[in-house]
Amino acid sequence: MNAAHYRRVGDTALVRRWLIGTAVVLTVALLAMPLLMIFVQAFSQGWSTYVANVLDEFTLSAIGLTLLVAVLTVPLNLVFGVFFAWAVTRFTFPGRKLLTTLIDIPFAVSPVVAGLLYLLLYGNNGWVGQWLGEYDVQLMFSWPGIVMVTLFVTCPFVARELIPLMQQQGREEEEAAVVLGASGWQLFRRVTLPNIRWALIYGIILTNARAVGEFGAVSVVSGNIRGETNTLSLHVELLYQDYNVVGAFAAASLLAALALLTLIAKSFVEWRQSKD
Amino acid sequence: MGIDINGINKFFGSFQALHDINLSLPDGQITGLLGPSGSGKTTLLRIIAGLETAEQGSIWFQGRDVTRLHVRDRRVGFVFQHYALFRHMTVARNIAFGLEVLPRKQRPGKAEIKQRVGNLLEMVQLSHLADRYPSQLSGGQKQRIALARAMAMEPEILLLDEPFGALDAQVRKDLRRWLRNLHDELNFTSVFVTHDQEEALELSDQVVVMSHGRVEQVNSPLDLYASPDSRFVFDFLGQVNVLSGTISNNRLRQGKAHLTLPEAVANGNGQIYLRPHEVRLAQAPTADAHLPVCIESISVIGAEVRIELKPQGWLADEVWEVGISHGEFNAWQPQRGDVCYAVPDVGHFFLGDEDSPRTLSWLNRMPPTGVDSPRASGM
Repeated sequence: MNAAHYRRVGDTALVRRWLIGTAVVLTVALLAMPLLMIFVQAFSQGWSTYVANVLDEFTLSAIGLTLLVAVLTVPLNLVFGVFFAWAVTRFTFPGRKLLTTLIDIPFAVSPVVAGLLYLLLYGNNGWVGQWLGEYDVQLMFSWPGIVMVTLFVTCPFVARELIPLMQQQGREEEEAAVVLGASGWQLFRRVTLPNIRWALIYGIILTNARAVGEFGAVSVVSGNIRGETNTLSLHVELLYQDYNVVGAFAAASLLAALALLTLIAKSFVEWRQSKD
Repeated sequence: MGIDINGINKFFGSFQALHDINLSLPDGQITGLLGPSGSGKTTLLRIIAGLETAEQGSIWFQGRDVTRLHVRDRRVGFVFQHYALFRHMTVARNIAFGLEVLPRKQRPGKAEIKQRVGNLLEMVQLSHLADRYPSQLSGGQKQRIALARAMAMEPEILLLDEPFGALDAQVRKDLRRWLRNLHDELNFTSVFVTHDQEEALELSDQVVVMSHGRVEQVNSPLDLYASPDSRFVFDFLGQVNVLSGTISNNRLRQGKAHLTLPEAVANGNGQIYLRPHEVRLAQAPTADAHLPVCIESISVIGAEVRIELKPQGWLADEVWEVGISHGEFNAWQPQRGDVCYAVPDVGHFFLGDEDSPRTLSWLNRMPPTGVDSPRASGM
């Protein structure tokens, strides 16, 4: 910014104060206060109660399941996202435009609807579910179903981060590498990957945040079996319905802490990306 | 390593980018592929490199069919229009890339790679930039690094796609000279693509003029400029002054302009094409040429004075342009708005829709007596 102050259109003291004031008030009322309240409530009966709540058997199992979902979802969507972005930005084929539109479906469809669709297809009475049932495979109301809907909900994140970047970077560097004799793997490892790494990490962070926090789709296919198919998000609701407010907020505080970590990581990656 | 191109046809969907291209690019020479955008010259270059495949035809390097050889194994050097330097690698790593991706058995040791990168950096006179990143370099520096990177594999064929397209005029000129010297020293076969006629004429041993996916003419720069085969080459290569009209009794006529042709031609429509150096300016018409023009602008920058002329009493699609020496200019001192007469010495005549010209000369015809010497310097 230039040290001198240039007056732009609409830049009067009154407008400025009013806009900034509104923004600050709304941010505090809608974002900061609720976030703070989570921790206030979680610790309202002291540190020891908080620890006891977190170490509760069902809470621990919910944490475990949530981590399992994230650990399975993130790598799968990482690989899928890279393949997808590579395919649509490096090749031209019929249906390419359609494919780039389809990838947005999880953004457009309400997660609850997505969960219901999976239930209809893979549930005990669904087309695929019935057939699988004959082999004693049950996907819905167990952890594979939760992973499946989470995969669905989070599949656009990595691809959507990569596609514009790879489009903008073009294929010239890759062509240069091939002319210089690089094999397919050397090309990806030495040229493509370093060029997209920050966008990739950004996509992973978003995927992870969503995988951990997803509620709607998971709640439809989970069946809410305590200690078995309860993720952390579902567990918060369950505790709250049990009138265990402090316990609910203790579980919620874990999610909130994770969200804050995600934000920090995200800002760091954005800062790195802007440097490249 | 000579390159032979046999019957190449290339389609993008239903669009035919190249029509039956047959060319022979001699060993150790620089060939320029010249044409307007969309003429297929870059596509042809990419087919030679192996970055594109043609539906029909074959590519031969020194008698060896490489049509089905993967780009990786063709071992050509390729310089991209926008350099395509690896943005996350230093200059030194960029240059070393080709050596570092060699299979383990052929790969030179670390020390040797370092040595060779050092030599290449010296060759492009940028040793001090070894540890910089591409984003920290100027356009001309990037271009030279891209060249060094391509030369690292010691290719016998160097392909360059619009190598100087994105650079400003002075850098472009320096680099051109530098590339020419490098080529004379190392003697590889080069093919470069350009839409800049001056670049093509200055740098090439042989120029291939292309338009609409076809080869229009292949010739040395000198012959190309002196005797273009077609209207397209005429229009595309250098300034040209055109008079269109109808012919009767060997006289080309349009409005107030008329020009007697020195050789017998059939009656009908015709066009005469004149290069700026083939036309003189005079203060009176000659018996053969009556081409009144009005001076529209005078540009004194450069080796000669360039004068733009607007036809008076006849029509031309574009303004005429004639160059006179600074000596002539000072002796005559023409002003904007002055009316004078264009007098052709040599011209290229197209009859009707014919696409190849007939060169005519007025020089051996004695000027009819009673008319002043038409030389501008004599005025």
